[in-house]
Formats: sequence, C-alpha cells, structure tokens
Amino acid sequence: MSFDRFEELAALVPDETMTHSYVQDVQLPDGAGTLALITLDNGLDHTKPTTLGPNTLIELGRTLEALKERGLNGEVAAVAITGKPYFLVAGADLSTVKTLKAESHGRLMAELGHAAYDLLGDMGVPSFAFINGVALGGGLEVALAANYRTISTGANGIGLPEAFIGLVPGWGGVYKLPRLIGPAAALKVMIENPLSNNRMLDGRAAFKLGIADALFEPADFLEQSLLWASRVLADSSAVASRRAEIACFDEADWDSAVAAGRAFVAAKTSNAAPAPGKVLDLFEAGKHYTREESAAAECEALTGLMQSPEFHSTVYAFLDLVQKRAKRPAGAPDKKLARSVTKVGVVGAGLMAGQLALLFARQLKVPVVMTDVDQARVDQGVAWVHAEVDKLLGKKRMSQDAANRTKALVSGSVSKSVFADADFVIEAVFEEMGVKKTVFAEVEAVVSAECILATNTSSLSVAEMAADLAHPERVVGFHFFNPVAAMPLLEIVKAPRTDDAVLATAFAVAKELKKNAVLVKDATAFVVNRILGRMFGEITAVFDEGTDAATADDALRPMGLPMTPFKLLALVGLPVGQHVQESLHAAFGDRFHVSTNQQKLIDAGVKGLWNRNDEGADVVPESTLALLSVGDSPSSSAEVLRRTQDALADEIGRMLAEGVVAAPEDIDLCVIMGAGWPMHLGGITPYLDRVGASERVTGKTFHSCGGAGAA
Amino acid sequence: MSPNSTAVRREVRNVVFVDGVRTPFGKAGDKGIYAGTRADDLIVKCIRDLLRRNPSLPPERIDDVAIAATTQTGDQGLTIGRTAALLAGLPRTVPGFAIDRMCAGAMTAVTTTASGIAFGAYDVVIAGGVEHMGNHPMGAGTDPNPRFMSEKLVDPAALNMGNTAENLHDRFPAITKDRTDAYAAASQEKLAAAYESGQIQPDLVPVASRKPGAGWRLNTVDEPPRPGTTVEDLAGLRTPFRSHGRVTAGNAAGLNDGATAALLASSDTAAELGLPVKMRLVAYAFAGVEPEVMGIGPVPATEKALRQAGLSIDDIGLFEINEAFAVQVLSFLDHFGIADDDARVNRYGGAIAVGHPLASSGVRLMTQLARQFEEDPSVRHGMTTMCIGLGMGATVIWENPHHPDYSGNVPEDAV
Repeated sequence: MSFDRFEELAALVPDETMTHSYVQDVQLPDGAGTLALITLDNGLDHTKPTTLGPNTLIELGRTLEALKERGLNGEVAAVAITGKPYFLVAGADLSTVKTLKAESHGRLMAELGHAAYDLLGDMGVPSFAFINGVALGGGLEVALAANYRTISTGANGIGLPEAFIGLVPGWGGVYKLPRLIGPAAALKVMIENPLSNNRMLDGRAAFKLGIADALFEPADFLEQSLLWASRVLADSSAVASRRAEIACFDEADWDSAVAAGRAFVAAKTSNAAPAPGKVLDLFEAGKHYTREESAAAECEALTGLMQSPEFHSTVYAFLDLVQKRAKRPAGAPDKKLARSVTKVGVVGAGLMAGQLALLFARQLKVPVVMTDVDQARVDQGVAWVHAEVDKLLGKKRMSQDAANRTKALVSGSVSKSVFADADFVIEAVFEEMGVKKTVFAEVEAVVSAECILATNTSSLSVAEMAADLAHPERVVGFHFFNPVAAMPLLEIVKAPRTDDAVLATAFAVAKELKKNAVLVKDATAFVVNRILGRMFGEITAVFDEGTDAATADDALRPMGLPMTPFKLLALVGLPVGQHVQESLHAAFGDRFHVSTNQQKLIDAGVKGLWNRNDEGADVVPESTLALLSVGDSPSSSAEVLRRTQDALADEIGRMLAEGVVAAPEDIDLCVIMGAGWPMHLGGITPYLDRVGASERVTGKTFHSCGGAGAA
Repeated sequence: MSPNSTAVRREVRNVVFVDGVRTPFGKAGDKGIYAGTRADDLIVKCIRDLLRRNPSLPPERIDDVAIAATTQTGDQGLTIGRTAALLAGLPRTVPGFAIDRMCAGAMTAVTTTASGIAFGAYDVVIAGGVEHMGNHPMGAGTDPNPRFMSEKLVDPAALNMGNTAENLHDRFPAITKDRTDAYAAASQEKLAAAYESGQIQPDLVPVASRKPGAGWRLNTVDEPPRPGTTVEDLAGLRTPFRSHGRVTAGNAAGLNDGATAALLASSDTAAELGLPVKMRLVAYAFAGVEPEVMGIGPVPATEKALRQAGLSIDDIGLFEINEAFAVQVLSFLDHFGIADDDARVNRYGGAIAVGHPLASSGVRLMTQLARQFEEDPSVRHGMTTMCIGLGMGATVIWENPHHPDYSGNVPEDAV
C-alpha cells in the first residue's frame, strides 16, 4: 500500500535489471525462533552486480512490509538481509538514476529509499544485515538501516562513494554512520575515501571502524552470521558495549570533524564540485537532527544533486568511460591478431627506460634487456630497476620470490645484439628525430622481421620515425605518462603504415601492463600533451601579457583540476614543458604560445615560478621576478577562465575534425586517466558543452542534447 | 638417530575418536537442497565446525587431512584432502590427501590415518568423506576394463549395486521382500524417534545453500527421511533392478549429497590437548567377496576384525551397520544370528532413512556410535561396518570410554 505512490517512478524504468528480494525462513538454533532471511539477487553471475532501481526498491519495501506483519503476528523473531555471492548490493542503479529527468522523480527516488530502509530499521523484531560482499552507497545504507550487522573478511568494496559520484549518502548514511562509528571515522568513509581515488574498505577495516558488529570468514559466513544473530537475540549486551566504546564522541569532536572535512575537500577539489560540500553541510546541520529531520534534508539534497550537471558528468565519466569504454578501446583491432611477447628490449637505460623495464618485467614477467651507449649507464639503469624492486620488497608490495624473479628478468648490455630474440623493443632515448631513427635502424638490423618497434615519444611523428625502415609496418607509438607505474593511461599511436597485428599486439601488451589504452592518430603530442599544451599556452600567455601570477594560476580553480598550471609545469619540469610547447608551436603555429619568460627561467636554472616561503605560502621570489618582462594588459580571473575554456574547445574541436581520436569520449578518457582531470567535468568535453565554450567556438556542442553533459 | 625419536621409541599407540560431525544429507538431483552447492564446500564446513567444537586443538597440530570421495573429479577432485584443508583455512603447513574405497571411503580415511597415529607418524588427524551424487552420478566417467567381461572376472551386473542386492536375495531365499520392507520401515521409524529425542541434531553442521530464484536457505536437518513410512507404503513400490524383484527405492539407501569429518588423535595427544575421547579404536579389517554379492562383505570383514580383537560377536553391544540395502543388513544379521529388530542394531535408524552419500557414510556410523556409547555406558564394545562396491566389506570395532572397564585410560604421569 505505502509503496503504491512510487509506481509512477517504477513505470519510468520498465527494463530495470531487477534485484529480487527472496525470502526463506530459517529456524534458529536453541529455540530462538524463525528468522526470515532476505537474499538480494538479480539471478545473474558475479560479473553483473546487484543494483537498486525503483522496481527493486518497491519489491524490497513490500517484502519488508509483509515481514513486519509476520513479526507482529509472532511468526518471525527476526529479519535478516544478505546478498548473492560477492555482493550485498552494489548500490543505486546509477544508469537509471541519471535518466530521471524531472525533479519530482528524483525526489520520489530519494523518498523511496527512505521508505524501504526505514522499514528495515523498524521491523518490530530485530533486523540484521549480513554483509557478504560489495556494499556501496545505497548498498551499505541498507545494511546501516538494519539493527545489527555482520561482515565477511572476504568482502571488498565497502563504502559510501556518493561524494565521488556527485551525490550524498542520502538514504540514511549521513545520519546513521557518524552515530555508529563517530564523526571523524564517518567523514573518513564519506569524504576522505571517496575523494581519494574512490578508495573503499574491506571487511576487516569496516569491522574495525565499527560499521559491523561481528566479523566472520567467508567459508561459512552466512552460517556463522545466523548463529551469531540467534545469540544476539538472546543477549545483545556485548554488541551494545562495543558500540558504546566505538561511538564515543562529543559535540567538539563533531565540529572538528566537519572542519577537517571542509579543509580536506578544499585541498582536494578546490570546492569545484557541489557534492562533497553538500555532504558536509548535511553532516554539520545534522548534529542535532532527528532521523526524520535528517531524512527530509537528505531527500532535499539528493533531489537537487540528481539534477546537477556534475552528477551527470560523473556518471558519464565513471560508468560510460572508465568502467566501460576504457575496457573496450575504440578502434582496437581483433585481439586474435595479437602476437605473443616473450622478450622485451628497452633502448636506453635512463630514468624513463628504467621505469619501462620495471613495468614490463613486473607485469609481463618476461626477460627485459636494456641497452645504452656505455657499460656505466647500462649498469646504472639495471641497478636502478633492482633498487626499485628492493623498495617494493621493503614495502611488502612484492614477495621475496617475486623480487628475485623480477630482478633476474632485467639485464643490460651495450650491444643491441641482445635484442635478436626480442618480440617487442621500445625506445626511450633522447626526444630527437635523428636519434630515434638511428636507434630504430640499428635495432632493425638485429631483430626478426616481426619484432615490434615501439616508441615512447611524446611529440615526434611516428610515421617519420618508421619511414626509412625495411619494415615500417612494425612501428607503433606507445606513449606512457610519468610516473609510469602510477598513471593508468597509455596512448597507442597508429602510424599510417602500422599493421593490424602490430596494433593488436600493442593493445594486448597494454592490457597485460594493466594500462588503459586509447588509440590515437599520429599527430603531434597526441591527446593529453596537446590539450595540456594548449592550456599552458593560454596561462603563460596571459601571464606574459601582464596578468599577475596568482590570478593566472588560480583562474582555472572552478574546474577543480588536480594541480594549478604553473605547479604542474614545475612538476613536469620547465625544460620538458617548453620542449613540448615548441613542438606544438612548430606543428600548429601561434595558437600554441611559447613563453619567452619561461625560457628565461629555464636559462637561469629556475625550477618553477612559485617558491614556498618560510611561512608556507607560495610566492614568486624577487629574484625570479627580476628575470621576467611582462606586458601591460592583464586579464581578470573570469577572462582567463573563459579564454582557456574557449581555447580548449577550439583545440578539441580541431582534434576531432582531424580524427586524432574516434570520439569526444576518448578525449575525456585521456584527460581523466592521463592528467587526472576530475570526473565531475566528465573529463572535459561535457564541461565545455555546459559552460557554452564548444558552442561559442565551434557552433555546436560535443555531445548531443541530453548526452553526457546534459542535466 | 636421536634416542628420543619416534622411530627409536616405537610402540603402537592407542587411537581415539575425538569428535565427528556431518552436514545434513540431501537428495541428489536438481530438486535437492544441495543442487548448485559444491562438494568441497560441504566438507570444508565440516572441518571448520570440528575445529570450532574443539577449541583446545591448535590447528597447526593437525598432521594430515584425509578426505574420501568415490568420484575424484571436478569439485571432488584436485586431491580433495589438501584443497579442503586450504579452503577450510587450516595452516598451509597441514598436508592432506584423497582416499577412495567407494562406500567405505571415510571409513578407510579413518583406519588409514589411525594406523599412522598408532605408528607414531601422526598425533592428530582429520578424516572424512564427501559425495555429491547430484554433481557426480554413480559410475559417471568410469571406464571398466573389457577384460572384466571377456575373462568373466566380474559379472557386468555386479557394477550395478541394485543388481548385487537382488543377487543377495537369490543367495539367501530366507530374506524375503516382506522382511526387507519391514526392516526399512523400522529404519525410518528409528530415525524419526532419534530426531525427536535430539540425538541426531548435535552432530550436524548447518549448511547454507542458494538456488536460483529462491535465495539462501539454511539446511539444519536431513532431507531424505520419510518419517511415517509403513510397510504397506513400501510394498507397492517398483522394483527397478529386476521385474518382480525385491529391491526398491524404499528398502535401499537413496542417491544423496553430504559430507562427514572426524577428529582422531593418539590417546596421549588427546590427553595433552584436553580433547574429549568418545571412542577408542580396537581393531579394523577389510575383506573381499564376490563382486556379484558385494552386500555380504561385512560378514568376513567382521569375522576378521573380531579375530584380531579377540572378541566374539556376543561382545559387541552396539552395531552401526550401513544400510545400502536392507537385504545386505539382513544377510549380516542372519549370519550372526541376530534378530531383524535387535535393539543393538542401528538405534538411530540407518542409511535407508537418512541417506548414503557414498564415501561420506563411514564417519556418520562412527559419530552415531560415539553418541550411543555416551548414552549407554553399559556397552563396552561397538562396531561400525559397511559393504563396499566391487565386493568388499569393512568393519571397525570400538571401545566405549564411558564403560567402567575401559582399557584406554592414559596414566596420569603420562600426560
């Protein structure tokens, strides 16, 4: 009855993948009575997580209503909820939620969750959640709604990632969690983890925090949970005293947790996206809320955020791109064409070469041989790799056996003859066409006709590099991002003559290296560096024109980029940045500004514009200012932002017209995974659509109306 | 060789049965409670429960894990004793192995590891068995040597257990269908009574299982029993092995899924670790008979074991005999002059009622005997015995530690 008003909402998603609420009566031991056990199950295997859509929640709600009735009749002594193997339930069905266009429907969705979950917390008989696996967002909130919880040591993916997705834990999570585990720990789960690459908890950690009252091993998790439930029915004092110990806090703790959370959000996101702040607002205001008051505020917040472009962009970036498109790269040839790689050569023994050697040895587990011009460099290169392996060993991120194996796989030589039986040779030598061509010619002289020659060039033409080879079809671009071990993106560059077997092998190798490969055309600087270069060009240009450093560097804060442009340039290294910028200028002309001021800094050996002073503030030192000459036409912050948006829209429009990548989705994937640009921008193209830049510059949006960026 | 090494000090040690558990048994097939449940998961739950029931046993003290299965492929393959140990979370230092003697698999796991304890190779072992006959139908994947037929080594009919039961009726015309049906009905009745008085439940390990479209359920009782079965109900059943035959689904064990596990130790180790002693192993024997009448196997095995123990059949106060077929039980009772309804025999009923997941059944017999020993300290010796496919029998004789004359007490100063 009480769920009838949600039928309107359910009717909007007739094709929802239903997660059913199956009920079985369990006879508890020692005459403790009957426990009605709900299993959330979508009938699909472990590759298809259970999710919560309107139809699912209505079924759950009505199931709970019926069980409440049975509880009142004395037929059941307790109710419990668990999931199919590996999942309690993975959370709200985001692809459904993002289709809810009308505000009223968003509100209904928010209220539906409360209606169902409130029942579970108030069954008239004790309720339990047995967290057997993934419990994210609404999936964890259903567990929080129950009176008692057990969790499996085998459970992974426990958390409230709403702040990351662009929502708030608004099905009771923001109210219940701090009261259960204390405000500081709750904000760690609701703010810190989501904003730290969407980190999640495992079962042990969740138990330790107090999210669950008992911890059991997976082998007989459900059996032990049921036994535990029957004991709690008889005596819940042990649970109560553990909870009292964990949730020991006062108002000051609450306030300081909020303050710490706000500082964290500001540092991490520049407050560019609304959701994390909204979580904290609710949290702060909720200190004295009743559950009902909080529920009303939660529904209000959820309703608003569901309409927000940041939420839609994040769902696009997270679900459509990172979880789907990244796993099936557009334009990759049939993987059956891939050849096996049993030995890898790395030309060069410098820092980049060492990073590549380590990555190939760790992930492919095949011999990797590095070469350089003299023995000392070779020895240094191999020694660097071995030292890195020892560091991993020391941090217990690698076992002794694996360390022995990895070290033994990496060797070096001054002679390229060691490449004779390699299947894949990658060069990481000085970024100059002449040097690269000579290296490839030397390698080709010793390797088989099928051996793939890959280049890690960031800006040179792959086609030209291959032009004079006997087998130019074997050359492919393999552009990593620094630091190689950490950055997930790999730009795979297809030159006009690169053949499909070579390309297929490159994608297969990328997958084994656990990198997300995007196919790009052989065009200067490919995707990420070209977009960053255009951005650097605009910021250095406004600075050179007379905009002060702080205004220029902070102008893009509303985008919430992980680092300001000048700080990023300093991290990349001014000479490297300048080199790329010059290549871009050479290829595309004046729309890529090459800063003479930056050159002056490089010539003077200055590492970056900003310098941290004794008070911890970033300033441009007098000595640096003295080197610079700037114009007299400064721009305002808003002007800089708009100018940069327009420049990015212009450049991306050109890249798509040139066919550098297949679609704007690939641009977005590249900037998310290669530059760490935030999900709430949807990468970049939905943002540029939203702020009107694409329309201003190209006359149309990147995505069709109602697409990725549309609210 | 160190003067204190086991090999130098060698003496045969007493072996005791510390504890035994089993899963509730299920009916094999798509409708059974364990359809969709893995065999290895069943045995793992038994092993874990044994450890929970005996918290004074440090898991690293377990010296071996012997698990029997008749069909050792798929979820019963991969050396199931070792995989079960790993899956149960035992320390990796605990080894394990797989055993097969068809229906007497678990019984053989017990006698083999017990021998190792007696020899001094082990102090504590886990022995058990599992058979998921839904996942592994009888005879699936077998490839009998054609010489069995061409050289008439074994009548092909002997490969079907139902046929061997009919053969037993031929050999012993005094065992009529009326008698087997009456015996079967009594087995159901005795099991129902044992359930009623709570004698079965304490040694069952609850097992959660999940089916498509139904969610998780918890299995805490056996699925096969048909309490209230009458001889009239049984009289009308089909005789699938022979037209106008005598063997029916009602007077034979069914096709079942289940697992059992037991904890054995040397008596001194049990004392050292404070483990309970439920039975002391007295003697065991295996014997071969004509495969065509495999059901008679317990007779020579029992004679052999009694001889070794220096006991007579009259010294045995309790019998746990596996009921593969009622005719096979009656052939044993007739041989030893024991009445069909003798109160010493299968007090809790037997496999006809509870089920017979082949390789697991031996430990069920022991667990039940152990409980009956505790209930009845007047009994000093008891017997677990069973017939085995391809013409074998197995018998283990046990002593009751609750009996006043119990011989296995460890001297105080030995602890």
